[in-house]
Amino acid sequence: MIGAVRTALRYGFELIERPFERLFGPALNPLAQLGALGFFFYWVVAVSGIYLFIFFDTGIERAYESVEYLTYDHWYHAGVMRSLHRYASDLMVVMLVVHLLREFAYDHYRGVRWYSWFTGLPIIWLLYSSGITGYWLVWDRLALYVAITSSELLDYLPIFGEPIARNFIATGTLTSRFFTLMVFMHIALPLFLLFIMWVHILRISRPKVNPPRRLAILMLVALFAVSLWRPALSQGPVDLAKAPLEIGLDWFFLPLYPLVDMWGRGEVWAMLGVFSLLIALMPWLPPFRRAKPAEVDLAHCNGCARCAEDCPYEAIRLVPRSDGLPFPTEAEVNAAHCVSCGICVGACPSSTPFRRTEDLKTGIDLPDYRLKELRERVVEVCNGLQRPGRILILACDHGGGARHVGGRVSLPCVAMAPPSLIDYALSKDFADGVVIAGCAESACFHRLGVAWTKARVAGERDPYLRARVPRERVRMIWTSALETRRFERELKAFAAEIAQLAPVRLRSPLPPSVGPVKMAKQVAVAGRSKG
Amino acid sequence: MSYLRLAGQFAVILLLFAGVAALADWPTYRQVPPGYGVVMLTFVHGAERVAECRRLSAQEIAKLPPNMRRVQDCPRGRRPVYVELDIDGRPIFRASLPPSGIAGDGPARVYERFVLPASDYDLAVRMRDTGRSEGFDHESTKHVALAPAQLLVIDFRAETGEFVFR
Repeated sequence: MIGAVRTALRYGFELIERPFERLFGPALNPLAQLGALGFFFYWVVAVSGIYLFIFFDTGIERAYESVEYLTYDHWYHAGVMRSLHRYASDLMVVMLVVHLLREFAYDHYRGVRWYSWFTGLPIIWLLYSSGITGYWLVWDRLALYVAITSSELLDYLPIFGEPIARNFIATGTLTSRFFTLMVFMHIALPLFLLFIMWVHILRISRPKVNPPRRLAILMLVALFAVSLWRPALSQGPVDLAKAPLEIGLDWFFLPLYPLVDMWGRGEVWAMLGVFSLLIALMPWLPPFRRAKPAEVDLAHCNGCARCAEDCPYEAIRLVPRSDGLPFPTEAEVNAAHCVSCGICVGACPSSTPFRRTEDLKTGIDLPDYRLKELRERVVEVCNGLQRPGRILILACDHGGGARHVGGRVSLPCVAMAPPSLIDYALSKDFADGVVIAGCAESACFHRLGVAWTKARVAGERDPYLRARVPRERVRMIWTSALETRRFERELKAFAAEIAQLAPVRLRSPLPPSVGPVKMAKQVAVAGRSKG
Repeated sequence: MSYLRLAGQFAVILLLFAGVAALADWPTYRQVPPGYGVVMLTFVHGAERVAECRRLSAQEIAKLPPNMRRVQDCPRGRRPVYVELDIDGRPIFRASLPPSGIAGDGPARVYERFVLPASDYDLAVRMRDTGRSEGFDHESTKHVALAPAQLLVIDFRAETGEFVFR
């Protein structure tokens, strides 16, 4: 059931994301910046809120007047700020909901990713509480409706002695002291929200908390434009002797409020409870998949820190050397944070398939899919390729090439493949071209796999793809799991290009070695002898 | 990056933001239909204790620890409050309101809304807050003209022991 919902959602996101990616490019795609945009809108709300507080009167009698004053008499600055404050808050809700759905759709919430998912739950509650308390402060008819309905909801819980909602039944029952409390809440809750937002990204390496500057500017200009086009206005002064009639609801913050009238308070609380419980438990619901975390082999680790630099989940840190070797540090894996993406394996300078040790080892490796097995798999797959135009596909398990038949070596992330593996396949004449088939550019399953792979191939990030590797023989195809047709199309075009090229002639740094056929036989023999 | 592409990006963002701004107060919601008003019955009132205070005997006082000796034993718990509301002679609300608090010693509370067409009504409200099994300790009737959108509150003032219509 959950799987079907996830697949449907994923299709939905694919339908929207790919056109966005074409228009904005992978770097600016807003759907790949949802978390960063959430932070961005938070700061817009914070700055505009501080500005509004200069004009705002916290007394119950003057609150509405002060809001009207800043909205009409000072519309060109304070009024615009009010609109920015409201619309940026609404956009925070939009970012939160889309971010939640997207992480669910792309299965980014299980295993060690539970932490970010779980800490997202208090963010939902705090964001809504912050927004709802903000609506009280305007003290217009909407504020009265929000105040009464919120109080009625709270009164359902057996916490308060006297129903809070009774504060709103007649003039004089509500004091400025109560109102000052709401102002305090509207400041304290967003501050606590910011703290939880920080906690939310603690276990992520290089979290995106700022959107690209160009995107931020576009968003800010659009926010100003919308604020001028449709300024946020109050809905008339409060009259406690009258029931709220027609109210312009903010459907981002208050969609549940009509349900209180339709269903009842108990039912709404039950729904909220079930929703929260489900969100909290989702990372632990079956099917539970977890590969073994990466392991460090100290005999091959010199503490160079490349694995720690490249890990997207802060799962690797450098600690003082423990084995007496003449290096100051060594890598240490925090199993609780490791998602077994293998990006560290691809980053390790020891991960070179050219090494001729009998049992290929590297400084850091995946117990479930060792570098040795990866090399053997590459050789085995290449052995089955047909000339001309032999294409080796290094395919991410989550991309469009994951289900391609023939010439494919699967990886949990393409960044697990060290650049030297490409060099190896071409220089040993195992293949005429290599395709790196990753996730969609702006939707990397392991966050940084696409970026690191591109940088390594471009020679911008260590470990580099050697300069001698002809770049026309290497093609990166970034497609989502649903873009299989596009992948096949691009693969076909690349294969046609490769077929036109003369056989590859790279000067190997090593003396002539065994060919793919012979090596595959050796691999098979080794496999049989193990069994 | 071409200006055309930049303009396209801006247009898409603007369109999305305009949609968000529109949904910030539209479509409108009606909690009370046009031509209707609201009668609200709400009060917080503690009924009398479940039993009278009893004077302890000298032996009973002597058995108590020295720092906890007292003359009377007063049970904490309160009785439930029974309340009825009739509109034009028709029973609209009947409830036995339990005392609040873990020990059942807090006041009983009620907060009920009744959405009615704007019209003239005869309201009758009755309450029992003692141990009596029949009759009522407090009752009141009032003829009201409920206007559209009016919120008419029926409250109870414990100090005077009267219902208040406002």
